[in-house]
Amino acid sequence: MPAPPSYPAKPTQVYFFATCLVDTVYPEAGLAAIRLLQREGLEVIFPKAQSCCGQPAYNAGFPREARAVARRQLRAFPRDLPIIVPSGSCGGMLRHHYPYLFAGLPEWEAAQRFAARVFEWGEFMRHVLQVRLEDRGPPLRVAWHSSCHALREMRIVEDSKALVRQLAQVELVELAREEECCGFGGTFAVKQPAISAAMVGDKVTDIQGTGAGRLVTGDCGCLMNIGGALAHRGLAVQGQHLAEFIWERTHG
Amino acid sequence: MGERPAFDFRGNILRALADGQLRRNLQSAMDGLIRKRRAVFDDPAELEALRTVGQSLKQAALSRLPALLEELEANCTANGIQVHWAETAAEANRLVLAICQGERATRVVKGKSMVTEEIGLNHFLADHGVEVLETDLGEFIIQLAGEPPSHIIVPAVHKNRDQIARLFHARIPGAPYTEKVEELNAIARRTLRQKFFEGQVGVSGVNFAVARTGSLCLVENEGNGRMCTTVPPVHIALMGLEKVVARLEDLPPLLRLLTGSATGQIVTTYVNLISGPRRPGEKDGPRELHLILLDNGRSRILADPELRQTLQCIRCGTCLNHCPVYVRIGGHAYGFVYPGPIGEVLTPQLEGLARAGVLATASSLCQACGEVCPVRIPLPDLIRRMRTDGACQGPGGPEDGCRPPLWESLAWKIWALVNTHPGLNALGNALLGRFGRRLPRRGPLAAWSAVRTPPRFAPKSLHALAVKEGLPHE
Repeated sequence: MPAPPSYPAKPTQVYFFATCLVDTVYPEAGLAAIRLLQREGLEVIFPKAQSCCGQPAYNAGFPREARAVARRQLRAFPRDLPIIVPSGSCGGMLRHHYPYLFAGLPEWEAAQRFAARVFEWGEFMRHVLQVRLEDRGPPLRVAWHSSCHALREMRIVEDSKALVRQLAQVELVELAREEECCGFGGTFAVKQPAISAAMVGDKVTDIQGTGAGRLVTGDCGCLMNIGGALAHRGLAVQGQHLAEFIWERTHG
Repeated sequence: MGERPAFDFRGNILRALADGQLRRNLQSAMDGLIRKRRAVFDDPAELEALRTVGQSLKQAALSRLPALLEELEANCTANGIQVHWAETAAEANRLVLAICQGERATRVVKGKSMVTEEIGLNHFLADHGVEVLETDLGEFIIQLAGEPPSHIIVPAVHKNRDQIARLFHARIPGAPYTEKVEELNAIARRTLRQKFFEGQVGVSGVNFAVARTGSLCLVENEGNGRMCTTVPPVHIALMGLEKVVARLEDLPPLLRLLTGSATGQIVTTYVNLISGPRRPGEKDGPRELHLILLDNGRSRILADPELRQTLQCIRCGTCLNHCPVYVRIGGHAYGFVYPGPIGEVLTPQLEGLARAGVLATASSLCQACGEVCPVRIPLPDLIRRMRTDGACQGPGGPEDGCRPPLWESLAWKIWALVNTHPGLNALGNALLGRFGRRLPRRGPLAAWSAVRTPPRFAPKSLHALAVKEGLPHE
């Protein structure tokens, strides 16, 4: 079991690791996460050389390619600053799998040091910045989706929910099978499309059953999967990343 | 073991997913098993401590397996148990047959045992004129149906009561049609009872073998196991090499983990500790007791420090129960004896990557299995390892039977190139932003788009937006 992280005192600067999905599909979620960090008085640094954490190749069984990409990330965040990641899954890769990926290699120590600086965005907002959120939106019922790696690797789902629960007008409803995977699983969705389709179909039915108008999650892989399935079924439920949702509720 | 027919994983999956009855049967059974396990392990801290104990006991045993097995052999022999070693499934089958033939036995009664499924014992004996009767209720049901088990613990879990009622009526001479569970049980009991007395040889598996005392531990709930090991004049127990533990004191935590994880019980109805055949003056027990120690690839698995953890498995089946893939496709879809997450890891190692490596694709790596494994087998890591070995990137270099698909290897090479060159990455993002929404729905995107809208690539990546926002960058 991964050891619980030790949280640093509030820094003045942080790095932002966008993740490839936020970078290319959900940049507005990334901007919201950055703005919320800035609102707490932090300077957010966005290293240009960053790309993907390497998890897609790593989980597909291509560690050589994953390592090549991971090596770039080790170099892209050189200073001893917290690295904030708006994803439990990519966070899990950076924090828990980098040391494993570089086991027995010269980069192992660097990977260890890097891993210790990684924080999932919501976890950081809650424990390090200890944010207080003021809800400015209308009443809304929201269904929460826990990504498997946020739940079982990073173990930060309670942090995400705690942030949502700070929003006075938001009713957070839990799914009947909250702890069951949505069926994304990176390349799983294309290598086992039928099983993945069955899983996301059940997840959408579960969400529908809550009567929620919005689905909020901290992981863009799940969001792309569930959001895409919601839209494909023509449902009005909108999927949104946690940071974007909080920004929308507390801004202006 | 003969060559199995071609393994059509995709076809199996599609057929299983289309079977609504199967889905309902599995979901309700798995929900029940999950609930019961949770109720019996109601103190998370205690469970975590117990799992650590279970893991260390199994790891300690595996770390000195050859010595423990020799100790087991010596002490079993001293107890009057005849110990045999089988390197392959075929050898184990021949050993069982030879013992049966020595007894002129044509009728064997059998308790539930996954290792006998692994070696295909029933078919082998039947081909040589020895009739095997499964006496565990679930195994009895699937034997009637002519099917392999679909679950490690609950072999007939894919069938519901109505299906069993029809099966009994059709296949058991004189059985009336009834959907009442008590009556179905009574029919099975009547049929089996007589067979126990006709059985000339009893065959069983072993849950744990204790090296220091030379004892075999078997747990069960129906009493059929004890009948198989005590009523026929000869008892043959089969076990994989990894079932040995050092001392009798190792059993309580392991039994608690096994039964709690498997069926949500604190203890099973029957806990059998067998330390030899019938001794002079004893009223029951077999005249002869044989123990067959099966390797069948296990020492090869043992040699790899990471894969060795596969052998910690105590066959509780809880990784199946918690697997979102297993609950949707059931055990038969996996095509081999061991389904679910443990099957995805064990089967490719036993059968080879060429035949069974594809099983490792049937996981979203959600880690539910790793979270519940009572002996802390890192199943998600081992599933990933199977994929890595399958792509010929294992730590030991190219493995037997690995066949990386050319297009996929190429795709990851391009992916790595793009993601290690910021200029290429920026270009790729710009192209995706401009043309991504018009990508033809072929290949992976076709699979994705069957039930989802395609990803909407943003016109400007966060890289580009960060520059626009004037964020400091390094």
